[in-house]
Amino acid sequence: MAATIEDTSTTTSAPARTEGSRRPSSVGPVLLTTLTWIVAIGFFFPVLWMVLTAFKTESAAYTDPPTLFFSPTLEQFEAVFDAGIGPYLANSLGATAISTILVLLLATPAAFALSLRPVEKTQDVLFFFISTKMLPVVAAIVPIYVVVNEIRALDNIWTLIVLYTAMNLPIAVWMMRSFFLEVPKELLEAASIDGASLGRTLREVVLPIISPGIFATALICVIFAWNEFFFAVNLTAANAGTVPVFLVGFITSEGLYWARLSAAATLAALPVVLAGWFAQNKLVQGLSFGAVK
Amino acid sequence: MRRSADEATGSRRPGRTRLPLLALLAVALLGAVAGCSGAGALGGEAGAQTITVAIVSNSQMEDAIKLSPQFEAENPGIRMRFVSLSENEARAKITASVATGGGEFDVVMISNYETPQWAQNGWLTDLKPMINATPGYDPDDFIPTVRNSLSFNGDMYSVPFYGESSFLMYRKDLFAQAGLVMPAQPTWPQVADMAAKLTDRQAGRAGICLRGKPGWGEMMAPFDTVVNTFGGRWYDPQWRAQLTSPQFEQAAQFYVDTVRNYGEPGASQSGFSECATQFGQGNAAMWYDATSAAGTVENPDESTVVGKVGYAPAPVVATPSSGWLYTWSLAIPKTSPRPDAAWKFMSWMTSKQYMQRVGTQLGWTSLPPGSRLSTYRIPQYQQAAAAFAPTVLNAIQTANPAQPTVQPVPYQGVQFVRIPEFQDLGTRVSQQLSAAIAGQQTVPEALAQSQEYASTVGESYQ
Repeated sequence: MAATIEDTSTTTSAPARTEGSRRPSSVGPVLLTTLTWIVAIGFFFPVLWMVLTAFKTESAAYTDPPTLFFSPTLEQFEAVFDAGIGPYLANSLGATAISTILVLLLATPAAFALSLRPVEKTQDVLFFFISTKMLPVVAAIVPIYVVVNEIRALDNIWTLIVLYTAMNLPIAVWMMRSFFLEVPKELLEAASIDGASLGRTLREVVLPIISPGIFATALICVIFAWNEFFFAVNLTAANAGTVPVFLVGFITSEGLYWARLSAAATLAALPVVLAGWFAQNKLVQGLSFGAVK
Repeated sequence: MRRSADEATGSRRPGRTRLPLLALLAVALLGAVAGCSGAGALGGEAGAQTITVAIVSNSQMEDAIKLSPQFEAENPGIRMRFVSLSENEARAKITASVATGGGEFDVVMISNYETPQWAQNGWLTDLKPMINATPGYDPDDFIPTVRNSLSFNGDMYSVPFYGESSFLMYRKDLFAQAGLVMPAQPTWPQVADMAAKLTDRQAGRAGICLRGKPGWGEMMAPFDTVVNTFGGRWYDPQWRAQLTSPQFEQAAQFYVDTVRNYGEPGASQSGFSECATQFGQGNAAMWYDATSAAGTVENPDESTVVGKVGYAPAPVVATPSSGWLYTWSLAIPKTSPRPDAAWKFMSWMTSKQYMQRVGTQLGWTSLPPGSRLSTYRIPQYQQAAAAFAPTVLNAIQTANPAQPTVQPVPYQGVQFVRIPEFQDLGTRVSQQLSAAIAGQQTVPEALAQSQEYASTVGESYQ
């Protein structure tokens, strides 16, 4: 994903660099590209290995030394579906989608107020937002657990939705504020001269320009909410468990189930990869149609 | 308000103005979906009398989940829901829930470490009245050491699903090649000698696999049994820490030396699973670990050494036996509003009939071992588990949590000290020893630091 975006930027900046030095040494870029490939493969290899292992039998997964050649099987995926991933997927989808929508609905006006129409003590407000991320979650889990228990909201998906919204809101406000700051002031003035109201300016002038930013923010929120494990494992049980909680059920202390764990992990990672894939296209589109132009 | 003013002016690009409305609609729709499913779930199902069970994700527990629809068919008013988590997550989750009265679970899977402590705290339902009111349940059939370890003031507060001890697994073929014979009751020095002879680094074979991964349930379990049989102890009867005593130090030095000289590669990060892989792939000549490992070692899907493995009792030095005692059992938290339905399921899952059900439907090697004496009298099981069943039963029966070592101790437990602080203390001490295995510090250094940790805990009991 990141590679494609990098490619676009290098292509656009390449002519400028060539103009500066007509015959640049070809060793530097080659080395850099090689290094990039090595790092990229290094990062990607564990994921590839996970996907490959998901198609192995359990005995093939433990062979030592590990082998790349095996006859693929879907039996691990069948086992994961037999274990009942459905409700967990539904919970994860619900918690992720609803919390992301809530975050965007709340963060957009907040970021607008903190950038294009700065209110009093903007810096203090921004610091307050980011300061909520400074406390490690583990330090807050006991009071959160006690409160949730007292209001009888344990094992309730709405508890996770509220927490995920609160968890992602500061990041979303900060991200969207940086996108709002890129909107030229002249556009707002022009809209104002044309008699557009604040709401209309926001909807018809500002939001189209920063739509790539909104997609980027939404993607971050989706990734964080989808992968969140700590709140989910501590605050849910049979009803509101999410996919990461389902996943740890495949980690056993006695017995070896690496292939099945890999299959479950592959399935769990798939929606986020797909979301990233779609959002990436929108991001590239947005960059060429919106803020840059 | 603003929206209505905007609408009055007329919109040039109606598609864009609908976006926030669509978002609101989407929220409302998802909210409706969530609300419909009830009980805080998305896509879940609701039941009249639902029993929620928190369970540790091991293969025998998964078999129980697989067979639970049969229980539901026999008990139409009860529906089962399982939360299956890995051991560490399950322990943390269940402890938090039971200790704070969270009430998410009707049945929890705990061990002989938690049961007496939690019973004393008043967190668990006394099962004696229910056991007595259940004809044919036969609590006297539970292995006595296991039954006692789950009792408080003579009453059982949890019932065992399966139990385990520790034993020594060895490769009969490699022993024969090397002209070695495993004694009927090996001692640790003998094991170290044999490991030295069987270690072949060029062929990638370790003499013995021993856990070195930090964690009170990881390396601390086998290590504690070695300490006990060397005559070491965590505390004297006045709760003074004894981690720098000569016996404790001798045991620690022996364990670290053995695993460093003849152990598996990457020993400081090897736990049960890593050793299972090493031994199962033929890369180790011996393996000292849980008796439940036999299931993995003798499973052709997971092991290349099926039929080549012999089983010997846990090696000793100064005690007559040294195997640990551990059992996964089922309990009802006091907060459960449905103790009767919960007991119905628990008694079903821990009954003699359940053993028959597992044997006939899933195979006789899949029986949850180490809970009932009658399991070891089932002819099919005797045949299927002939290689290891007698050693396992003997190890569980001879484990002695009340007097684990030579000298008296103020605590109970073989591979753990049954106090709430031990989860943290054991893990911290294991981190020190693991660092010694990795060569980052010496054993005396590791024990000096560990002694400080243990002293702090001990002071609160003096």
